Order: sequence, then structure tokens, then C-alpha cells
Amino acid sequence: MRSIVLTKGVPDFSEGAVSFDEDGHLERGKTPTVMNPNDHFALRAALQTRVRHGGHVSGMSMGPPSYSSVLEEAMGEIYSDDSYLLSDRELAASDTWATAITLSAAIEKYQEEVTDVDLVFAGFKTADGETGHTGPQTAWCLEWPIVTHVIALDIDPDERVLRAKRLVEGDVDEIETVEAPLPCFVVTDPEFEPTYRKAAHRLEHKRLRAATEERVEDFDDHLTTWDHEDLRLDSEYIGLDGSPTIVSSVDPIPKAPSEREATMIDPGDSGGMEQVLEELQPYAGGD
Amino acid sequence: MSETRTDGGSEDYEHYEAVVVGCGPGGAAAAARLAEHGIETLVLERGVEAGSKNVSGGLIYAEDSAPYTIDDLFPDFREEAAERPVTDYHIHNIDGRQVTTYDLTDLHEHDTDWCDAVLRRTMDSWLEQRVHEKTSETGGGVLTGVRVNGLLRENGEIVGVTCDELDPIRADYIVAADGVNSELARAADLMDWDEPDEWFQGVKAVVDMDADVINDRFSIEEGEGVAHLFSGDLFEDVRGGGFLYTNEDTLSIGTVFHLDSLVAEEAEPHELLDALLTHPLLAQWFDGEYNELEYSAKLVPDSKKVAHREPYADNLVLVGDAGGQMQAQGPIIKGMNHAVTAGALAADAYALTRGNADPEAAGRRYTTMLEQSGTMGKLRPRRYELTSTVGEHDLVTKAVEGVLNSPVGSIAVGNPIAKRLLPKAYNSPFLVGMLPDTSMAYTTLPSLIGEKHGRTVHWENEIEPPSLEERIGDLTYNTDVGNPHILLQDESFEASGAAVYACPVSAEDFGGGCYRAETVKTNGSEEKLVSLDTQPCVECGTCAIVADTEWTHPRGEKGVEYKQG
Repeated sequence: MRSIVLTKGVPDFSEGAVSFDEDGHLERGKTPTVMNPNDHFALRAALQTRVRHGGHVSGMSMGPPSYSSVLEEAMGEIYSDDSYLLSDRELAASDTWATAITLSAAIEKYQEEVTDVDLVFAGFKTADGETGHTGPQTAWCLEWPIVTHVIALDIDPDERVLRAKRLVEGDVDEIETVEAPLPCFVVTDPEFEPTYRKAAHRLEHKRLRAATEERVEDFDDHLTTWDHEDLRLDSEYIGLDGSPTIVSSVDPIPKAPSEREATMIDPGDSGGMEQVLEELQPYAGGD
Repeated sequence: MSETRTDGGSEDYEHYEAVVVGCGPGGAAAAARLAEHGIETLVLERGVEAGSKNVSGGLIYAEDSAPYTIDDLFPDFREEAAERPVTDYHIHNIDGRQVTTYDLTDLHEHDTDWCDAVLRRTMDSWLEQRVHEKTSETGGGVLTGVRVNGLLRENGEIVGVTCDELDPIRADYIVAADGVNSELARAADLMDWDEPDEWFQGVKAVVDMDADVINDRFSIEEGEGVAHLFSGDLFEDVRGGGFLYTNEDTLSIGTVFHLDSLVAEEAEPHELLDALLTHPLLAQWFDGEYNELEYSAKLVPDSKKVAHREPYADNLVLVGDAGGQMQAQGPIIKGMNHAVTAGALAADAYALTRGNADPEAAGRRYTTMLEQSGTMGKLRPRRYELTSTVGEHDLVTKAVEGVLNSPVGSIAVGNPIAKRLLPKAYNSPFLVGMLPDTSMAYTTLPSLIGEKHGRTVHWENEIEPPSLEERIGDLTYNTDVGNPHILLQDESFEASGAAVYACPVSAEDFGGGCYRAETVKTNGSEEKLVSLDTQPCVECGTCAIVADTEWTHPRGEKGVEYKQG
């Protein structure tokens, strides 16, 4: 199996360090970058495929040169063999459509110059855009089938089909099993759980981890960077110029004001504590 | 190795030629040796890392007479995985503040090539790496976090193992090195857990101490270590003793008691450990400072009674504690070395009988090799067999104790000739092998020696060991919430009450332990019941023997995780 995992760097929202400029555009330079949290599930699906069926996994990301750190993180996590970064100034400010064109061009170049690809994995929407468009649009550009919201994956390399369990409408109560021919684009759901019930698979997992620990040391030796010329992309169709999406503004959501009133009481004040108990009394009976 | 495969059934299970369950010294030796024979070997270990579930008092021996020692199989063992070698060996006979110390170095060095103190997390995790390297070369390897929970049978015959985390695995040969609470030995009907008098229970504290301070306080140089044993009246009437071993920059201090005696005396194991820790004799080594890193506990099989004479069933063999191969005779406590020998012999037995259609061929060969190598003779000494009927006879014991306690007996022990003879007797492997398991050997004689020949210890030991609550709080647990690994079958105090005090992480009047006693009022009458919370469990297995439980190990990576061991 030959897989490509698409992963994206996103602002680290957890730090609360996101900053916007006057026009409401995200200030990426001032916000630390981490791997898109949902991509971790895609990585696990790719790793499970690699462990069970062998082969090769490449990590691929589009973004500024500093995004190689995300690919390095991906290598550590899924033991990818090599990494591809699609990066130059012409690609900056791409929306999902321009990104899909760029990614599909890169996958096609990979197929022409490296080898045929059986599977492309992507995570379920990114934490910054939250559109969920890039994956489907990339599959559309490649003219590949796409299976989304995948929670379990089984591949039959001989028949060249995959069988996936997926959440219908993203709802955990409704699960369907689908079959798709390879090559196929797979979008994993955050509910995806890899399973390793065979000792051979766990041993392979362990072997890959050990091999990766050495490879990550020389990460740069396994990194290929392609710019828009490598991808033979016309700058009119990529980057800001190729992006039909217009973001009118980004407004921070105001915090809802609390409707409750707080009264401060000193725990040492016995009269105050009595008041608390009195207030609580009506609720003590469970009604 | 397709020529020896016995599968072909309808189930499409994975197959390995050999499966070794447990990666302690026994499993490691078996796996390393199997791999050396070119046999595809899979090792399954339930801890997050080998050693995370293991505890030992702390000395590993290399016997001159043993066919295999751990450094034969793992050449850098002593440099990489062990603590200090034991260069001095003493026993202290204690009667209150009166202490008589004998140098036991002669006994210690009998048949001993070397002896090192070890901490099991460091030791076993190092072994795991070496074993993984070796077994990977023949198509196998070590997997951690996998708990083998039973045997795969076909037409009643053992053909493999079942696991919590993996699908069943077929194997042509199964080495059960899954420790003192071996679930495989029980599944194969090779072990029962009924009798407390077949077991010892040990508890241990690992105490932080700088290497320089250890050298200074124990008067040793770098690369030297000491072992101290303690017997006498500091444990009241509970039969057993204490030990202190020096590691690189910690001390291992513990107590080992006959489980039946703990139950009979309703003794609290942690309090007996504290009795040792706070004895004036130990003040010289603590100097008022005490920083306990880890509290741990373990059951110890008494090989004299439970070392299995034919430790196999079909294609399964028992190695180490799983086979009861733990030699505890008076001051001689040897387990890991026998596990190493047994593991290596089990591997050789399979290599020699490989391809034999009879699934028990390897087990029979292994049994013969245990005998011929002298290992079984050490585990079940003939001398003990002869004297045990006498030693365990209450009347005889009482008579002997009566004599020792009488003025005549006291004079005999106390006389100047005895003063010279007793250290010699203690250093005699022959006599020590005959020591009966009575309080005469553990308490009466040592305290009498202490009284008659002892010097008074004037030091004050002012250290305060942590409470049981603090000890439990310092341990690392990965609790399997909602999935307790022990079920209490009979909650009446008569059936299971012994666990309240014998469990090393439970105590009467302590609500934070595994077992608690509660008085429940029903229909006007009061009933004393036992309740169980497995969260603080250290997986020693004591309650499986003294209470009515359904006892299993937690799933892979769950439960307690020892950092020292």
C-alpha cells in the first residue's frame, strides 16, 4: 500500500494566542503553529494501514517553510517514510479551492514521478477554517472516490477495495459499512480507533517506531519541497488570486453575560454560612 | 517453522513456534535461549514495560553449580542492570535492644560465583530490550501491555494462549513465566491457591540514600555492597525475618513472613515492616533521615512445598515463581537465579525435542533436566523432606521450644561453646537446609541468641515511616475504572476477613485500602462483612489465598506500576 497523509498546521488555539490584524485576517506569524488536531485521526488510519499491509507512507502539507515542523511531528506519530511540503509565496492565502487544486496537483506529480498512490488520508476539517471542503474538493480534482467520517477501516489489497465503517451524517448512532475501489480518498472521523489485535501487527508497529526514531533525527534528508513551478501551476489559479472565497470579516464571539448574581461569603463567618445552608435547603431534597 | 506446525484447524489464528508469557528473569532466559536455538519466539508481558509489575527482595545469585546464570545469557547484565554486589553478609539476632550479629559471609559465598542487589524495574526493562533484540532475529519479539488470560484448547489439549488485547495465538510451545500468581498454571490445573502455609509474603520499602552516604554509613567502597538479615522478637510471634540490601543510591529494606503465620497472628504487614524500620539497630544507617521512594509487596511460593515436580501440561511448561521455584530456607532466599536456570532449561528441552509429535515431550525433558541439573534438589531439599515431618509436628516443636526456653536450654545456647558453634551452624548450608518452619527457628532461637550473647543497642531510632495511606498515595496506578480484576465471592468476615489485615495495602480501621470490614445491621442482628475496592491493589495475590475471591491480573498496562520494584 502506498499512502499519502495530508496534514495541516493550524494556529494553536489552545494557547489563546491567536491574533488578528485590523482587517480581521489571522496573524499567522504571531500565532504558534501545531498540527491540526483532527489530522491525528487520519495519521492513525494511515499507520494502521501501513502496519497491517506494509508499504510506504508519505506526509504532505501545504504552507510556509516553518510547517515542516508539522510534517516532522507527523513522521514521529505515523512513522511516515518521507515528507512533502508544498510551499512558496505564490501559494499564500489560498482558500479551500486553491488549496485543493494545489494538493491534487502535488498528488498527481507524486503519481507521475514517484509511484502510484493507493490511498490519501485526511482529517475531518481543520481547526482554523472548519469548512471541511478541502478533502472533498481534492478528491474531486483527482476524480477519486471519497469516503468520509470513517471510524474503522479494512483493506483488501488483492481485491483492491477498502471496506469502511462510517458515521452517517456524523452521528454516532448511525453507522454504515461502505466499500470503495482503490485508489480512494479517506477522511477519518475523530471517532476513528485503530485496532491491533494481532501480535504480528504490534511487532511491526514496534519495529516501525524504532526505525522512525532514527529517521526523525535526519528529518530534513527525507523532506522534499515543491513550489508552484514544480507543480506546473499557473499563479492565477492558486494563492490569493485563485481563491474565490471572500472573508468579509472575522468577529470574535462576544462572551454571553452571566445572568446569575454572585454573593461573596467568608467561610469563617458562621452567620454567612448559615445563610448559604438556608439558600441550599430547598434543593437538598432533590427537587 | 512450518514442519512443526500443528495447526490446520478451521480457526485462522496467528501462530508462533514458541510463546513465552512474562518477561521477568525466567521468561527472559527462556526467550533468549529459544532465540539462540533459532526458534521463532513471541514474548507477551502485561506491564507497560518489563519490571513494572515485579518486586523482589533484591538479591540475584549466580551459583557455581548452576547450568545457567543470568550473565551467561546476558553478558553485560552486572554492569548494566544490577546495583551493588554483596561483599558483606550479616544476620542480626534480636531480643529487644539486645543484638547478636553473626557474619554469614561463608554461607552466602557457598556455591556463589557472585551475588548482586537489583531493582526490578531497572533490571527487567533492561532484559526486555535484550530479549526483544534476540527474539526479533528469529521472527518474534517482545510485546508489552498484553495480558495473557488463559489457554487456547482444541479437543481438550492446550494449543495456544488467549489474551485480553490480542486474538488467540497458537503455539507449539508455551512457557508460562507469568509469576507467582500464574494464571496459566491455574488454567492448566498445575497450581491451586488454597493453603496459606505454602506461601510467604514479603513487603519492601525502597529508601533514597546518596551513594556517598551509603558508602560512609555502611563502611564500604564504591562497587561494594552489604546484606543484613534480621530475626528475633521484633516481629512478635510472626514467623519470618527482615532484610536490608544496599543498591547504588537506594536501600531495599523489607520483611518476609509465612503467610499462615501472618493470618494466625492477625498481623499487619506494613506494621511489621515499620517495626524493622524503627528498630534502634537501624538508627546507625538512617541518621534520622528517611525518604521512602516506594512501598511494594509480593507473595513468595515456598518451593519446599510447592515447587512442581512435573511442571508441565501438554505443550506448556512452568518457569520461575509460576512453577513454585523460589527457594526460601532460613537466611537463604534465592528465586531469580532458579527462574533463569529453569527458563534456559525449558528452552533447551524444547530445542532437543523439537519436531517430536508428542506435545509433552519437551515438558518431560524439562522435568528431567531440572532434576539432573540439581535445581529441583535445591528447591526441594531431601534433608527438608526428612526433617519437615518432625519440624512441623506441633508437639515436637513445643517440646523443642520448651527446652530452649527452659533454664537448661538457655544455658545451652548461652554457653561459651555455643557462642563459637552457633555462627558455624548458621553458616552451614546443610543445617540451614534442615531448618524447620517454626517459630523456634525464626523467633525463639534468634532472640535467645540475642539475649545470651547480645550487645545492647543504645541508639535511638527516631524516623517515622510513611502511613499506609501515604504509601498507597505515592504509588502509580492506571486504574481500569469499572472493571475490577478481583471479585469477592464470599463477603462474610469468616470467609474473607483475613484479607483485611493480611493484605499489605489494607488495615483494620483504614478506609483507604483494598479490604475493609463493616458491621451491617440486618433485621435487628449485626453482621460483620468485608468489602473490596481494587483501586489500591498491588497485585500480590495474598487475598486470593486468604479470602474467597475470583482473582485475576488487571488487563495489560492497567493496575499498579512499580518504578523501583
